[in-house]
Amino acid sequence: MENIKKLNISKSLLLDCKQMVKDFPLAYETYGKLNENKDNAILVFHALTGDQFVTGLNPITKKEGWWGTAVGPGKAIDTDKYFVICANVIGGCMGSWGPKEVDKKTNEPYGLSFPVITIRDIVRAQETLLDYLGVEKLLCATGGSMGGMQTLQFCATFPNRTYSAMPIACSTSHSAQNIALNELARQAVMADPVWDKGKYIKKNVQPKNGLAVARMVGHISYLSEKGMQEKFGRKLQERGDYDFSFNADFQVESYLRHQGFAFVERFDANSILYITRAMDYFDLSRQYKGGLTEAFKNQQTKFLVISFSSDWLYTTKENKDTVIALNAAGTDVSFAEIKTDKGHDSFLVDEPEFLKTIKGFIDSMHIKFKNEKRI
Amino acid sequence: MKKEFKVIAELLPNNIRVLDVGCGDGSLMDLLIKEKNIEARGLEIKEEYVKKCIYKGLSVIEGNAETELNQFPDQSFDYVILSQTLQAFYSPERVLKDLLRVGKCAIVSIPNFGYWKVRTSLLLFGKMPVTKTLPYSWHNTPNLHMCTIKDMYNFCAEKDINIDKILGLNGDRTSQIKKNNLEIKNLFSKIGIFVLS
Repeated sequence: MENIKKLNISKSLLLDCKQMVKDFPLAYETYGKLNENKDNAILVFHALTGDQFVTGLNPITKKEGWWGTAVGPGKAIDTDKYFVICANVIGGCMGSWGPKEVDKKTNEPYGLSFPVITIRDIVRAQETLLDYLGVEKLLCATGGSMGGMQTLQFCATFPNRTYSAMPIACSTSHSAQNIALNELARQAVMADPVWDKGKYIKKNVQPKNGLAVARMVGHISYLSEKGMQEKFGRKLQERGDYDFSFNADFQVESYLRHQGFAFVERFDANSILYITRAMDYFDLSRQYKGGLTEAFKNQQTKFLVISFSSDWLYTTKENKDTVIALNAAGTDVSFAEIKTDKGHDSFLVDEPEFLKTIKGFIDSMHIKFKNEKRI
Repeated sequence: MKKEFKVIAELLPNNIRVLDVGCGDGSLMDLLIKEKNIEARGLEIKEEYVKKCIYKGLSVIEGNAETELNQFPDQSFDYVILSQTLQAFYSPERVLKDLLRVGKCAIVSIPNFGYWKVRTSLLLFGKMPVTKTLPYSWHNTPNLHMCTIKDMYNFCAEKDINIDKILGLNGDRTSQIKKNNLEIKNLFSKIGIFVLS
């Protein structure tokens, strides 16, 4: 993990679980350059299984970064023009402080002794990075799914630290259905005997079967019914007839198994437990006793909320509820629904209408932000 | 730039908050921001228009005014504008009431079905009128509730909606409409612009 940039967070952070922490690592990556006027910084928040390697080759997994479709030289979020920052969430497993890191007190990996963290904890840990990089005010904060939740949390916790914000395919609180799907993923991990209450990490093994099932649950929820039917239908995997066995006869089975077992190579099982928990605990209105209006009051930040028509994990209705809350708070908010069959995954794949929209928003915000800074 | 938009811009004070319902590609919002320093927001149903607004850096919400005006709090705008769309709603009455809930005032413009060319088209040719302001045929028109300036005038009286001002538009000519010239202006105006409160 020597290719990973790390910032040691030395200031104390009181976590939502009331534990006080300090001196922990936050792994991050940046793309492009911060310009002289410092008006071109974009903070990207990654989703559940993402990491700080947004685009280009991920030096650890040797795979293309998770948002290479949208971010990079000449892309919608153009790194020739903008300075893109992304940090690995705490609780994650790509170098940031997480359950697989060694607890200095015991000299052993944390495992389940790692504190249960929240989206707010995740976001507060990242703010320090902006100070370190010399970014006073961001041009834009953005992310999809859990990255969108972090975007909303960031705006609520640090009002006006960003000129604009683009929460994509997310909600202000996790729905019962989403909690249920996360619980399914956690139960799959915990049902694997190798997991051993999270202690596998000390034995240098991984509950691969459980973690792979957890990933399969995710992949089903990221596609739409129509998208899945069109992509796979009842097509058989490299065979002319049924095997009359429990092998992966169907292409869709083969796809899920492939996704599941590729995932275990790069992700820590305990991290999945912690990060899904953080998502489930996310409820902005609960944090602010006056409700969502209170969360977003006094915001100068310009928002663009984006949803996908076939996303059943974070539906257009849920995204619109965020818009309603922002409107009620008198915030400057735009909303667009992208019509697509690609489901929740739409923000990660090559979806031209989506990419054009985010480019149009960020470029126009940059012009406005520049003018504002000049005055 | 449409003459109508210029007239609407002139009706508005500077530095206020405006919601443009059915804002299209944002031309009116653009005008209001630049010339009147107005804080403008838009609501638009058509995806391609929504994107055009976003590219221009304008604030726009994709949504249907018929069902989604409820997302805006009471009296959260100084003015709400509805340009030539009232006739396309299933319930113009409900929309009109919602406009006046969201805004302290509303500016509503209508294509005037009482315009003489519209009347003569039906009278002389016996066909549903197709004009520049009303370019659709009977079978593909989105306009469900066509009305005249006089109809709108009477409707507001009936529903206790205050009319602050009515302007009639014919090409580049603008004229004020009052009770005493209503009949004649209803015949010669292509568009009626109502300032309501």
